[in-house]
Amino acid sequence: MGELKLMKGNEAVAEAAIRAGCDGYFGYPITPQSEVMEYLMAEKPFERTGMVVLQAESEVAAINMLYGGAGTGKMVMTSSSSPGISLMQEGISYMAGAELPALIVNIVRGGPGLGTIQPSQADYFQAVKGGGHGDYKLLVLAPASVQEMCDHVKLGFDKAYQYRTPVMILSDGAIGQMMEKVVLFDQIPRRTDEEVIAQCPWASNGRPQTRNHNIITSLDLDPAGQERVNLKLQAKYKLMEQHEVLYEEIQCEDAEYLFVAFGLSARICQKAIDLARAKGIKVGLFRPITLFPFPVTEVSNVGNRVKGILVVEMNAGQMIEDVKLSVGCKVKIEHFGRFGGIIPSPDEVVRALEQKIIGG
Amino acid sequence: MAKIKGDIVINTERCKGCEVCLAACPFTVIAMSKEVNSKGYHFAMKVNGECTGCTNCALVCPDGVITVYRAKVTTE
Amino acid sequence: MIMEDTFAKTEIHKPENIVYKKTDLMVDRPLSYCPGCGHGTAHRMLMEVIEEMNIQDKTIGVSPVGCSVLAYDFLNIDMLGAAHGRAPALATAIKRMWPNHFVFTYQGDGDLAAIGTAETIHACNRGENITIIFINNGIYGMTGGQMAPTTLPGMRSSTSPYGRDVATMGHPLKITELVAHLPGVYYVTRQAVHTPNHVRKTKKALRKAFELQKENKGLSFIEIVSNCNSGWKMTPVQSNKWMEDNMFPFYQLGDIKVDGKLVEKKEIAGKE
Repeated sequence: MGELKLMKGNEAVAEAAIRAGCDGYFGYPITPQSEVMEYLMAEKPFERTGMVVLQAESEVAAINMLYGGAGTGKMVMTSSSSPGISLMQEGISYMAGAELPALIVNIVRGGPGLGTIQPSQADYFQAVKGGGHGDYKLLVLAPASVQEMCDHVKLGFDKAYQYRTPVMILSDGAIGQMMEKVVLFDQIPRRTDEEVIAQCPWASNGRPQTRNHNIITSLDLDPAGQERVNLKLQAKYKLMEQHEVLYEEIQCEDAEYLFVAFGLSARICQKAIDLARAKGIKVGLFRPITLFPFPVTEVSNVGNRVKGILVVEMNAGQMIEDVKLSVGCKVKIEHFGRFGGIIPSPDEVVRALEQKIIGG
Repeated sequence: MAKIKGDIVINTERCKGCEVCLAACPFTVIAMSKEVNSKGYHFAMKVNGECTGCTNCALVCPDGVITVYRAKVTTE
Repeated sequence: MIMEDTFAKTEIHKPENIVYKKTDLMVDRPLSYCPGCGHGTAHRMLMEVIEEMNIQDKTIGVSPVGCSVLAYDFLNIDMLGAAHGRAPALATAIKRMWPNHFVFTYQGDGDLAAIGTAETIHACNRGENITIIFINNGIYGMTGGQMAPTTLPGMRSSTSPYGRDVATMGHPLKITELVAHLPGVYYVTRQAVHTPNHVRKTKKALRKAFELQKENKGLSFIEIVSNCNSGWKMTPVQSNKWMEDNMFPFYQLGDIKVDGKLVEKKEIAGKE
């Protein structure tokens, strides 16, 4: 089962979207993710599956096209990179408030501002702590390979509909651009209009005589009503925390030290593990796959067995806050990061482990 | 003898007293009440029997509170 | 009340004699609009057209941010409430996903011609097969009467308390004329809803727009010049007069583009 292909991460996202039965992609060009829409336009999913692909006039328009499409029950997605995702925050907040399922792919680049087009993980906070206004969370997936870029598209859509929530894939310019082999899952047929209507009784797609009119909105002028909306959202996030945590442990069984890293940083740490172990340092890797919900218990369990933890991120120290909140203060926890588009080398990571944790 | 006769029924509780219907009526059938409804608005009311059922008042009523009837009636 | 009883012929009050009543596609609840505001009439004409075409099960509406933010509470069809200015982006995706449905946006001047200018122009330029209903009262009503992109020169608002000075505050934007020049736009008209005759014309325009949607002709853009008596600090009747005297000379009523062709001579608004 599955077709084996050599693909860029961005292309894998696009192909996976077609195969997942996505109904519509709306995007705006931005480096380093432009291959997603380029692939889709070249691949003509409008002929393959009937999927709509539309180049919007801005990221603001693109995310609001998602709001419109998702509000009718259709399976929609967009992709962008950091500055574009910042522009989308308004729409993402509205979608979280209106409880709309959709997939947003963020191929992160260095910031702040226009920053650089090189890879970064500096948008961790924005992705996992809400990002826009109001109390909301996105379910955030952090792929570390082209294979996961593909698989997370399908997983993301599944969870988006299960929880009626926007889901974000938080990747970066390196994983988006690099080519790896990927096993593509088989085509899932797009749902018919009738299936969409049956699956999404809440959606605004035309009121039959048999029901009241549906309204998609994030507005409730009555504070008591708006508090109920918030409580409902919080209950949903609690459910995600209970059921949706994904993570990976690599060589943690005998580990005396621990790297915690996601996405591209986790891959660098895998190489750093080899280098460190060759030197006799027993280090393992804990890789959160869902950044929200964060693997609080799981990282705490591993983290409290070791002598020290180095959180490796391509930012100035963001996920380390969640690691510290999870593990507590009994274990030494330090951060190592490069930023502005620099990818740390495995050597640097090992050196940081030696200096900040072992020798520190 | 039969002639066309109109009538209007105003949902006075929903009337906001904007008076736009007064200007629309060609036969000055509508005037504003002295009393107010539960929202505190002076409401539109029918004050004579000249209504022809032309629907003008109902068309311009922003709140859609006017229902218009028209029928052939026999006069004595 | 006594007068009513004196004049009403009870035999006339039979269902078969009803020649006009509020359509059932208006939800039976009080509108949130100020007394005399044109929104209610515009809503009702829109719903009458949808009822007469019997397309309520295939119509999806998008409401804006502004006074008509709660339009979805009054229109008894499936609706989505957009973020400020983004309604045409929502409508674009909805129509692309449901090409056989009827899709409209209902937007005010601040929503459509200021914060949503990009979304408006690009939806028009793509020729999205939707209907945009644009209520222009030259002011931000809901937030308390601030200057809008369509506020007339010299017109007072809460953020132009000494009148709009075009030298520093810019000129009123005739976005309707602007979008009429885009090839994707098929039908553009400017109407009003303050007199029976104007209401009838507006309804005809709305009907035409929805019929064109059925024929996949492209975008229809219907501006309704309306009043804001609260924002303009007038009684409803005064505001309608002021609108005729001041708004209509600048925003001339009539068809601007028909069958994809610009109308050469615009009909000048007469008092009716």
